Amino acid sequence: MKLAVASGKGGTGKSMVAANLAYTLSRTEPISLVDCDVEEPDLHLFFPAPVTKRNVTVPVPVIDESVCDRCGKCGEFCRYGAITVLPNRVLFFAELCHSCGGCMLVCPKKAIHEEQKQIGTVSFSLPFPDLSLFTGTLDTGSPHAVPVIREAKKQAAAAGDPVMIIDTAPGTSCPVVEALEGCDACILVTESTPFGLHDLQLAADVAARLGIPAGIVINRSDGNDEETLRFCTDHDLDVMMTIPFSREIAAIQSRGDLLSRARPEWQKDFMALFLKCRALAGVD
Amino acid sequence: MIRLAVISGKGGTGKTMITAALAHLFQGSLVLADCDVDAANLELILSPTLIRTEPFMGMKTAVIDPALCVRCGECGEHCRFNAIEYLADTCRVKPLRCEGCAVCTYVCPASAVTMQPRQTGEIRYSETSRGHLVHAQLVPGAGNSGLLVHAVKKTAMERDGTCDRFIIDGPPGTGCPLISTISGVDAVLVVTEPSVSGLHDLRRVVAVCRQFRPRIFVAINRFDLDAFQAEEIEAWCRGENIPLIGKVPFDPAVIRSVREGIPVTQAGASPAAQAIQRLAAILEQELNRVGNQR
Repeated sequence: MKLAVASGKGGTGKSMVAANLAYTLSRTEPISLVDCDVEEPDLHLFFPAPVTKRNVTVPVPVIDESVCDRCGKCGEFCRYGAITVLPNRVLFFAELCHSCGGCMLVCPKKAIHEEQKQIGTVSFSLPFPDLSLFTGTLDTGSPHAVPVIREAKKQAAAAGDPVMIIDTAPGTSCPVVEALEGCDACILVTESTPFGLHDLQLAADVAARLGIPAGIVINRSDGNDEETLRFCTDHDLDVMMTIPFSREIAAIQSRGDLLSRARPEWQKDFMALFLKCRALAGVD
Repeated sequence: MIRLAVISGKGGTGKTMITAALAHLFQGSLVLADCDVDAANLELILSPTLIRTEPFMGMKTAVIDPALCVRCGECGEHCRFNAIEYLADTCRVKPLRCEGCAVCTYVCPASAVTMQPRQTGEIRYSETSRGHLVHAQLVPGAGNSGLLVHAVKKTAMERDGTCDRFIIDGPPGTGCPLISTISGVDAVLVVTEPSVSGLHDLRRVVAVCRQFRPRIFVAINRFDLDAFQAEEIEAWCRGENIPLIGKVPFDPAVIRSVREGIPVTQAGASPAAQAIQRLAAILEQELNRVGNQR
């Protein structure tokens, strides 16, 4: 089963829920935990362990200036403005390139070939015997998160563990869609503020568009959850877990510890959450 | 005009709450932009009155005419984004996956694929008590958020380029929307929180900012929730020579003001409001200095 943890709003506690679920479950079965918040991956901070890193690369065009006759077809074709053909040379802007391969296809002189350019890494570690952590990390300054997310999921899938837990980026745009695709169920973590509710509505919309069943976790609840609960009732979303605000939980998190390790009594709550997710996904 | 972006790396550190308070406190004329276009929240505090909206057309995306498609599979063979779906008697483009490269239109032997404009968001231009606000809404799941950020900033610059200050509420992360947000700004305020994640994400976002050379300032929100981690962040800022210009305590007055839909500095005296007033005063001085150096 592939289970994603998403949120819309940032900082609601996605990584906290994903890390605690993975830690709790890994005590009874093999789990792959995948950090797909590749712009700011934080799960590894909760699971310090030696890592093996693999580079994530994308193909980018290289133009052989000795063959190129500056006809300009590549620059005309490129929808991203990544190639500008001048009378005496060709300028290529790698950060604008989407690696579509179009320039190479249209070049009548076959003057373009592709070389691999690094945009990020996927790190693998085994913090516990039954917990495999895959961390996608986008190189700082690189804009394209999606290929790194795709590679992190691919490597995790190859590990073949029966349960994969995917931590996504905040927001609702392409990095979130890439992380959610192919998941059997999705946890949406929210907080009971106007910001949390507004962004929960957007995240629930994305999950619905992708046809992924979603359930809700309310985090840092101060007891004023009425509006969130009303939204969930109206949209037939199950509130699967409510975690109260407490300075103690905040302190456990902030130092990089796990609630379910520091306070093992929470393991039964995270196990109960997982069973609800299985039911949501239609897995027995 | 001095351009300031409030960013964070890590989500949920309090960017929007602090942006709204700065808008309330800053002197002079302002234009505001919400560049967290996936999940725009500034409008929930600044109570804007909508003046006009414009559709945002992202990249054109591919559409296959089923009447012409011969299902040869050339498009799927060449698509690098896995955007082509094979149905029983035709192929279809998944709109959320298509990045608009147009390779499929080039390779299709039946000329069945065309590039079609698609609305992927809306740009909104509004009035607030502190100046115009340009905000946007991306269609949930759509791509091109970096382009939409660019369009939001451009609208603000074109319509209100004579204002003293341009304040941008930025997105989390370090990818294309963030890069689009910080390109061309004079200064960034990075709002962080006292946790191992907060510091980790601060370091990454500062590394990205340094490629664009704005002045960089840091503020720690809810600093008293973990004094040890707050000290770690202070020490890191000292070592990197980045001015730490504010420390805002955890304060239930913040959530109360967000629920009321007003900046916390407008909601009466509170420890958080006082800390943000000091932060805003220091930041104004620093921004004036940036202006004088021009």
